[in-house]
Amino acid sequence: MPISGSQIVKMLPGRRPCKECGFPTCFAFAMKLASGGVTVDKCPYLSEETKIKLIDLLAPPMKLVTIGSGENKLEIGNEEVVYRHEKTFVHPPGIALLISDKESEAKVAEKIKKLKELQFPWVGLTLKADLLALYFESGDKDKFLALVKKVYRESSAPMILISEDMDTLFSARDICADRNPLLYPITKKNIEAGIPKIKEKPTPVGIRGGSVEELVPLTTKLKEAGIEDVVLDPGSKNSMEAIRDQTFIRRAAIKQGFRPLGYPTIALPCFMAKDGLKEIMAASILINKFAGIIVLSDFHQYSLLPTLVQRLNIYTDPRFPMAVEEKYYEVLEPDEYSPVLVTSNWALTYFLVSSAVEATKVPAYVCVKDSEGLGVLTAWAAGKFSGDSVGAFIKKCGVADRVKHRKLIIPGKVARIKGELEDALNLEWEITVGPKETTGLGKFLPAFTEKLKG
Amino acid sequence: MEYRAPIESYSGVVREITIGKGEKALKIGGENILPFHFFDEGSLPNPPIFALEVWDMEPTDWPEWLLEPFKDVVSDPIKWAKRCENFGANAISFYLTSTDPATKDSSADEAAALTKNVAEAITIPLIVYGSGDDKKDAEVLPKVAEVCDGMNLLIGPVLKENYEVVGKAILAHGHLAIAQTPLDINLLKELNVKLCHFFPAERIVIDPLSSALGYGMEYSFTLIERVKQIGIIVKDSMTQMPMIANLGGECWKTKQAKESKEQGLLWEGITALSLLLAGANILILRHPEALRLIKETIGGEIWQK
Repeated sequence: MPISGSQIVKMLPGRRPCKECGFPTCFAFAMKLASGGVTVDKCPYLSEETKIKLIDLLAPPMKLVTIGSGENKLEIGNEEVVYRHEKTFVHPPGIALLISDKESEAKVAEKIKKLKELQFPWVGLTLKADLLALYFESGDKDKFLALVKKVYRESSAPMILISEDMDTLFSARDICADRNPLLYPITKKNIEAGIPKIKEKPTPVGIRGGSVEELVPLTTKLKEAGIEDVVLDPGSKNSMEAIRDQTFIRRAAIKQGFRPLGYPTIALPCFMAKDGLKEIMAASILINKFAGIIVLSDFHQYSLLPTLVQRLNIYTDPRFPMAVEEKYYEVLEPDEYSPVLVTSNWALTYFLVSSAVEATKVPAYVCVKDSEGLGVLTAWAAGKFSGDSVGAFIKKCGVADRVKHRKLIIPGKVARIKGELEDALNLEWEITVGPKETTGLGKFLPAFTEKLKG
Repeated sequence: MEYRAPIESYSGVVREITIGKGEKALKIGGENILPFHFFDEGSLPNPPIFALEVWDMEPTDWPEWLLEPFKDVVSDPIKWAKRCENFGANAISFYLTSTDPATKDSSADEAAALTKNVAEAITIPLIVYGSGDDKKDAEVLPKVAEVCDGMNLLIGPVLKENYEVVGKAILAHGHLAIAQTPLDINLLKELNVKLCHFFPAERIVIDPLSSALGYGMEYSFTLIERVKQIGIIVKDSMTQMPMIANLGGECWKTKQAKESKEQGLLWEGITALSLLLAGANILILRHPEALRLIKETIGGEIWQK
């Protein structure tokens, strides 16, 4: 429910064309405030009360919450839409790995290492999980604190401290408060006693209710105490409840502008599913359905990769096509007799071509020409894949230094650029029109390579 | 501030379609809520259904863990289809792969006779996919429709290149059409409009093309989500058909699915679950364990709603 400039102007001093805010009139200042281009404190004549009111009205419908510190910190929240096609989702959910203080030393060490080292290169990005969630399960406070100390020493990942026992929770917090951990859970039972403790060393807190509705008085109370770094857990017991609860929270925040629910969420499939694959499937629902943090009991290469790729897919901005960097890519291990192909730089195009080439088991150079993230045919129609520009790219990309032959394969869909491309390359390269679809490469490429070598 | 549960209701309804005849008949669509929004006002009378793939020839490029559940029956589509039925599939999706001029180029007559045998051998509805070669499909699919006259099969892909000849045969012999367009809402509506000049809208299922996780899944996800919303919220009659997500083949073709069994199952499972949440009414899968995983994840309760 964004506030408009004309609503804001009523709250400004008016009749005081002081221009001290840098704008000619209060109205101009109000308009800029509404669009987020300036902050309230630029006006020196606002009462403290009005200022607070305005800041609150101008705040995004969902709070941005930061967990952790330094370069590994995680930001969640600040989302503006319910469906990604309305604009885009902004802050991908943090994936957390649960470590219980009941787990063996070896297991703990393995998990700390796993979070650090399990990373995947994916279209020029590095995909990895984000947080460690430390779970007080043993009942032995000293044991849990020892775990917290160990993780504090050995990992720089943001932490979630999970303890039903308040005393233990805050003792653990005291060990790592400078790392800005998330404390979980604050509930209706411990909130009164908890508020002064939280305020001692403010860090984000996760609140848990038995339903969405139960969260409302809790966030209201925290806000009154000045605590707004809050993450919500509506206590969903299974995937279907999670869809409902997450949807209600998102709708209330975005569509109703309902402040008490304007916070990111945390979901714990680690306590929902017992079977490893099922837990990952539950996490997959939560990636689609708005969760801000997802805590997993464990993951492996085979389960973390699809989870992270899904997160990337869902949080990709639908307004801009995914593009890959302009350069030649080596598929398998090409040598100086390997074929050279050229295509456009829409990530999907590149993926299809490189995986089709890989499937043929023929090593090759795939030259990716910057076409502003468009597919081959669209790029050609938009003038981003003309014979001239493809020729200029082939010359400068350096693939010519890697091969002894001068044979270039172009996509079948742009067969028409052949002549122009030959001219642009001063007839030094022989242009072959490849298949129209990448599926055609299966037959085409091995035969072509055979000729190239023979 | 008082909390009011943000419940929504809409006035558009997805068309309800029945696939198969008699005891095999299965309904899809009919919902006036968005996918999995059981908490909103309205209903989803027919939960999404899951089909498993069967081919008319032995697959050559399936990883061993995908072939494993079927390896003794892949040379016999009838046994293969019955096996899938036992695995809990709600329907069989039968691929006439061998008719593709790039594979065996087998004849329309052969394909039609085999399709009929498969359809008669199973007790669940049959979905039939041609090779996707628009010219060959224009021969094969009308023949399939004719030989399987009156069996109310779901047949496709009906493409902009062959919708007239394929669509007319499907209609004349009492079947349903899968209208397929490449990942674009305008192309999708345009084909439905053209088809509806002579073909009843209540006999069409939309195939918006499904991409695998990591290979453009977000495009399929958002397209399906938008088509569903435009049908239910905006009430555009050309998007109020049920949707089919034909994703199994796309997933198992990826390098990642071929790396390990678990990764393959999750690749297919997560893609399916995402497209299900976006609004697909029929999902076509390859691996029975992925099917089980999804059914267990979404739980039993939705099937009663």
